Amino acid sequence: MSAPAIQMVAIDKRFGAVAANRGAGLTVAAGEIHALMGENGAGKSTLVKILAGLQPPDSGQFWVDGRDVTGWNTAQALAAGVAMVHQHFMLVPTLTVAENVVLGREPLRGPRLDRGAAVRAVEELCQSTGLQVDAHRLVADLSVGEAQRVEILKVLYRGAKVLLLDEPTAVLSPPEVAELWRVLRRLQASGATIVLISHKLDEVMEISQRVTVMRQGQTVQVLDTAQTTAAALARAMVGRDVDLAVQTAESQVGEPLLQVRGLQVAGHRGPAAIVGVDLDVHTGEILGIAGVEGNGQSELLEALAGLRPYRGSIRLAGRDLAPLSVQQRTAAGLAHVPEDRHLRALVLDFSVADNLILGKTAQFTRRGFLDRRAVADHARQLIADFDIRPPDPQAPVRGLSGGNQQKVVIARELSRNFQVLLAAQPTRGVDVGAIEFIHDRLRQARAQGKGVLLVSSELREILTLSDRIAVLYRGRIVAVVPREEASESVLGLHMTGVVPAEAHD
Amino acid sequence: MTRTAWIETLFPPVVALLVALVAGDVLILAYGQNPAAVWHLLVDGTWGNFYGIGQVLYKATTLCFTGLAVALALRAGMFNVGAEGQLAAGGFGAGVVGLLLPAGTPWILAFGLMFVAAALCGGAVAAVPGVLKARFGAHEVIATIMMNFIVLALVNYAVAAHLHTPETLHTQSIASGMVPRLAEIAPAFHGSAANLVLLLALLAAGVVAVVLFATRFGFELRAVGLQVAAAENAGIGVGRTWIRTMVLAGGLAGLGGLNFVLGYKGFYEDGFAGGAGFLGIAVALVGRNHPIGVVISALCFATLSQGGLAIHALVPKQMVEVLQALVILAVAMAVPEVRARVAQLGLTAVARRGQP
Amino acid sequence: MTLLLFLWQTLRIAAPYLLAAAGGVVAERAGVVSLTLEGYLLSGAFGAVAAAHWGQSAWLGVLGGLGAGLLFGALHALASVRFKADQIVAGVALNLLAVGLTRFLLQMGFDSSSNSPRVPGFEGLAHPLLWLGLLVMPVLAWVLAHTRYGLRLRAVGEHPQAAESLGVSVAKVRWLAVLASGGLAGLGGAFLSLDQHQFTDQMSAGRGFIALAAVISGGWQPQRAAVACLLFAAAETLQIQLQAAAAVPTQFLALIPYALTLVAVAGLVGRSRAPAALGRT
Repeated sequence: MSAPAIQMVAIDKRFGAVAANRGAGLTVAAGEIHALMGENGAGKSTLVKILAGLQPPDSGQFWVDGRDVTGWNTAQALAAGVAMVHQHFMLVPTLTVAENVVLGREPLRGPRLDRGAAVRAVEELCQSTGLQVDAHRLVADLSVGEAQRVEILKVLYRGAKVLLLDEPTAVLSPPEVAELWRVLRRLQASGATIVLISHKLDEVMEISQRVTVMRQGQTVQVLDTAQTTAAALARAMVGRDVDLAVQTAESQVGEPLLQVRGLQVAGHRGPAAIVGVDLDVHTGEILGIAGVEGNGQSELLEALAGLRPYRGSIRLAGRDLAPLSVQQRTAAGLAHVPEDRHLRALVLDFSVADNLILGKTAQFTRRGFLDRRAVADHARQLIADFDIRPPDPQAPVRGLSGGNQQKVVIARELSRNFQVLLAAQPTRGVDVGAIEFIHDRLRQARAQGKGVLLVSSELREILTLSDRIAVLYRGRIVAVVPREEASESVLGLHMTGVVPAEAHD
Repeated sequence: MTRTAWIETLFPPVVALLVALVAGDVLILAYGQNPAAVWHLLVDGTWGNFYGIGQVLYKATTLCFTGLAVALALRAGMFNVGAEGQLAAGGFGAGVVGLLLPAGTPWILAFGLMFVAAALCGGAVAAVPGVLKARFGAHEVIATIMMNFIVLALVNYAVAAHLHTPETLHTQSIASGMVPRLAEIAPAFHGSAANLVLLLALLAAGVVAVVLFATRFGFELRAVGLQVAAAENAGIGVGRTWIRTMVLAGGLAGLGGLNFVLGYKGFYEDGFAGGAGFLGIAVALVGRNHPIGVVISALCFATLSQGGLAIHALVPKQMVEVLQALVILAVAMAVPEVRARVAQLGLTAVARRGQP
Repeated sequence: MTLLLFLWQTLRIAAPYLLAAAGGVVAERAGVVSLTLEGYLLSGAFGAVAAAHWGQSAWLGVLGGLGAGLLFGALHALASVRFKADQIVAGVALNLLAVGLTRFLLQMGFDSSSNSPRVPGFEGLAHPLLWLGLLVMPVLAWVLAHTRYGLRLRAVGEHPQAAESLGVSVAKVRWLAVLASGGLAGLGGAFLSLDQHQFTDQMSAGRGFIALAAVISGGWQPQRAAVACLLFAAAETLQIQLQAAAAVPTQFLALIPYALTLVAVAGLVGRSRAPAALGRT
């Protein structure tokens, strides 16, 4: 038997106090599609980054085609045909597709860049793989799905034989996912080896031949996909039996609390991102907003929170929010868990205690001075209530795990006197335990008669929590579906605009 | 403080000192002099006698104000390169108000009015870049630099065309509100310019510390400086904070003008700022934007400035300007390097402990 | 005739702006903040005079200006690229260094605190750097758009991680860009001092900052930055002619370029987009 395409043994990697990999291993045969599964923080990405040469392991060894390549760098990996398709796109938005693809290995004619050759190379690759993208367009103008195709083109242009894909479907709509599977199968047929990181059971079951399951930095199981079940994979991943059935919500929906009419919001780069949205959030209701990322979710929330100008009307309990600043909206009863925790929700160099009073400093101020004792008491209370670890009010938030950072945000927002909570990606990058905790808190808020607007790119999360689900597509609500009628397939169709908007509402 | 925090705090000044020494040696040798003799003269002319100490204290007073002006603005994420113009405007304001006051004005009233004038003039000059950044997104570095040129030219025009005493570039002497020299209390300082504005500088450092770390405004200011988007999300008016901070910073720099006008000469003179505003950047940087650090580093840079005069017999005093610039450069290079090394040190220490 | 004179004077004033602004475009498009243009101009002016004096040749002066600019560019690259220093702080420090060092050397070499003796220079249209100034922006535009280095430079200024992940050395691209920036602006300084046949203390007089403002208000595009430079120069020419004609105080007229810069930076920077990685290490 020939050597496996990839073999990694006893890989250790630490980041400060966190052990990302502890004796992890991975063996992939040439020409297979191999899934690497695990919960957030299981160490999947770290292992693959080591393989791609992005970082060296602390200890352990790995071979590619039988050759010991432990600790190589990206250039060496690329030269050997091993390349990573990044989760956060590594594309230069101001350059064209063709320029992005050839960057670093540009075709020349004399001293000049040979643009024609670059375009031809891209078009040939598109033909042979079935990837569709216009080589002349600026990357800034591409959808996320198209940007991902460019990422794949980039590594193929460099002659990659082993493709490492890190959560490639996180930003794709269901039809785009299907399209990606077609491309991957075609690449496999032409001899490529593919490693796919995922934490979604259905994808793994559909596309892979074998699965390596990781938990807490260790490799716990390697399975043939055909001979396993989703339930078995879930058990291996979490380490205990998991109820895969989606819990249905039970609630007492009441009066409309947040009313949005004719909302229009300009996007980050100019063109309108929200083009006429109407929606209502009632007391005791969680309204889920489903949609592929980049369809206006960020702009919708920022407009609601008062961070971005808009046209149309937003009313909270009948009161027009238009003239109100962020601060006044908070006082009027709005709480907001922003989607980007590191950018908007937290001041990373502040302590836990200081982060817990962001946006409510007024109540801790006496004659202009901060009441440090009250701040500390407040922090201790919330740390206990929300089980924030370490339980140290003075610890800098930067040093906390993702889950605990998010708990700080949730604690701060839920401890306000609010009527409506805007929650964007509330469990992104958060470990399993914290996810359940945060979901419980959202349900509690609903039970207390608050309204919750939940935006999430995880359909499962939307389905688990929401009473009604609105689907956002290209800046419009294209459907509002009651929970009982919603399913991943129904929502998936709406998310790509397949069902015309007129058929609903 | 933890061990790594100490390294992060102390290492940059040490690097700065070493760089100054080595570069100084090179320049001195290039000039054909003996480094040991020059350094000896420098120390002797500064901390070697009370006159020297007095001069150092005098220079440190102005630097303390401009250093605070830079440090405070940096805490809010604004790079204030305009302390030079703000300082000049403050001195000018105090000088002009002083001229308007009749000879019999009670001291406290005269001093108070000139104090307010200095702070207001400095603040007004700094407000322009603050507003331009908050309203139009104009980069404050270019705006403050341009304000320096504009203010210095305007003040120069006002003095040269209307206010100067014949044959000079300064205004008439003011009649009331002068601040006593240090020598009036401790005669040993006789002849030096050191004066009680020094106490005002220390007080200012204390006030800045309290504002930064104990008030709601300071909390919001630091949040804006560390992470604009998060501050915005918390309902903090970012533009408002920038403008207020710049006005405060400009006011601090403006108060520095009192040191020259009220503590030393008794009139405004063109060019009195003489680079103290720019040096404030170095002071803030080496003092790590902390009021206590600013006080200490103001003393160090004042020593260097005064030392330049002391060594002028052997090497041109411009050598000191070179050293000061190199010190800023060295600290700017050392800070990220030290941070990275310290982070690595922390990691390996943890990893070592983590092993069985 | 007056129009010709006006154009001629505008071009003369524009030449150092164009050279410095070209340097600014190169460095900033690679992601390195160029407050140092002022220091390059000043050191270049001194380097040119020192070399021209030493060799009694204006052409040697050109080399001297280039060399001094390159030296300061190397210092900026060392601080900002190698040591990842805050680029604004490094820029401010280098500008102060240029002032201090030129003063020190002026004292040491020419025993003066204000100016150098008269050195060989260039007269009128024979000033080679004038022509270089006129050519530099079109050439730069071509290099940015059509060469491999241009493509890499633009990529590095927008998304250095992406470039690095494709095997493009961000450090190498930035070193080259900052060196080129220093060299170009150094030549701008050489234009100044060789045009006047001597060096005077602080003779750059804020021109580097004005050039940077031209870069910003030109949206970091060579052609538009060139237009901005010419507009600044035209305004200055107008000011000089007014000064000769009218009784307006010179101090007021001297403010025009600075006030204009302030307006330009406030009015335009909000709308044009800076290279995304500018100032980030």
